[in-house]
Amino acid sequence: MGLSNVVGDLSLEMEVDAFRRLFPLRFYERHLSESIRPDGRTLKSARDTSVALGAVASADGSALTKIGSTTMLAAAKMEVMTPSADAPDEGSIDCCFVAVEYYMPSICSPLVRPGRPAEIAPVISKQLYDTILSSGMIDLKELSLISGKAAWMVYLDIYCLDADGALFDAALLSAVAAFSHLRFPVVSLNDEGRLVMVPEEGNGDKSGKEVVNKEKRKLSLSSPPFSLTCALHKNYILADPTSEEEAVMETFVTVVLNSSGHLVSLYKPGGPVLTQTSVIQDCIALTRQRMKEVQEILDESISGMEID
Amino acid sequence: MEIDRIDGRSPNQLRPLACSRGILNRAHGSASWSQGDTKVLAAVYGPKAGTKKNENPERACIEVIWKPKTGQSGKQEKEYEMILKRTLQSICILTINPNTTTSIIIQVVQDDGSLLPCAINAACAALVDAGIPLKHLAVSICCCLASSGYVILDPTKQEEEGMKAFAYLVFPNSIKLILPEGSSHAQGERMEDGIVTSVTHGAMSVEDYFHCLDRGRAATAKLSDFLRRNLQPQVLADGSKAG
Repeated sequence: MGLSNVVGDLSLEMEVDAFRRLFPLRFYERHLSESIRPDGRTLKSARDTSVALGAVASADGSALTKIGSTTMLAAAKMEVMTPSADAPDEGSIDCCFVAVEYYMPSICSPLVRPGRPAEIAPVISKQLYDTILSSGMIDLKELSLISGKAAWMVYLDIYCLDADGALFDAALLSAVAAFSHLRFPVVSLNDEGRLVMVPEEGNGDKSGKEVVNKEKRKLSLSSPPFSLTCALHKNYILADPTSEEEAVMETFVTVVLNSSGHLVSLYKPGGPVLTQTSVIQDCIALTRQRMKEVQEILDESISGMEID
Repeated sequence: MEIDRIDGRSPNQLRPLACSRGILNRAHGSASWSQGDTKVLAAVYGPKAGTKKNENPERACIEVIWKPKTGQSGKQEKEYEMILKRTLQSICILTINPNTTTSIIIQVVQDDGSLLPCAINAACAALVDAGIPLKHLAVSICCCLASSGYVILDPTKQEEEGMKAFAYLVFPNSIKLILPEGSSHAQGERMEDGIVTSVTHGAMSVEDYFHCLDRGRAATAKLSDFLRRNLQPQVLADGSKAG
């Protein structure tokens, strides 16, 4: 009881920044009781999101995504592989043939150093891989080239450039954006009967090689998944937390929905707050709303690319 | 709409549970938990002095090491470690022993489906064996969704791989009221209806997920009873000391 009196007196004299550092929980609770957050957002609104496609010119598909300050760069490359014997008409998305890697280099956060990798990086990497598979976004039959002999394998690398909360959301959005920007590279059969990539400029003119897939087509995505992370604190639900909010409020829920309304993943890894069913329903409703916003942003940037 | 399970269980039936505590000598607490053929061994060392860097020194720190049955630790193991660490952090009272580290080591002995829930149950029993102060116990269950929309509990590995989606759920154990009825009014939703942890794989509709939650919650009553009976202090076999 004595301490709260002291805090009360000190807070009148202390500067805002000092109070924020010394008593972060009280700082946030003061804001939450007025239904606002320190950066001026309401409890249910997410930060400004932007997607820029084609950020990496050498990759077959790439995207740079920003949610507030959190920045993710995703790049997808395709290679020709032989498919497994029991699924000759499909490309592979099982553990060997789609590699989704998520990296957190030291640039992204003061807590990550070369000798001390971020604990959360392999976890997010695995979560992304599971989500992309379970959502059924990619039709495996599209990845087949020559039935039984050649199929595509997709390598997706996601780099976190700035870690400021909601890492999984930004990473998933950048993965979906990179896939929607993906163009199949042109391949042709060379003399030894192997498929080689045809370079951009010549079109196999020199030796009259037959081009196997003439049109540079896109990958068609059915029902891409979108996610929203919500931080929970007592009775408050905060959508899209920053890293400071995540550190103060230890409980968060990540809901991933795909555009047909199915729940792809509901991830709540422990945390002091026990969620009731009503809270989960609120989080799912917030995710639905967010999905519409994000889908619009993604569609805008895709149509922007196509005009060029 | 009945589903025939390979081992003849009904959809809500759990596999035979077995739990033994105090099996390792050097560990401060240990437990082995088996659900059918899935068996996990958990050992607790702690509280030890000091916390790891970047951890808050005003609270106790929990560290989890997951050892798979074969092979090296990969991303799957790191994910399990993180889920287990956060789950156990929410059930331990972290303010009692500040600036200490409690290590929980999980060793998978056999994996026949529903591995993470089995490990969470084993870790909880091992923490009790070590005497670490807890707010409540955690009971964990795996619910699978078949493509026909039917929910089955505690699947074997074969069932898990054939299912459309599954969810690992952790609930607090059910409260046994010792006060007379009516003296404590439930304010809105009770604590034991809350979810500690939920991890899902595979796409399912939102209603199916809530079905899984209900079935899982109902099954935790059975698990809580088993845990409560099992955690009674063991009475000496040769007569009572109280004369």
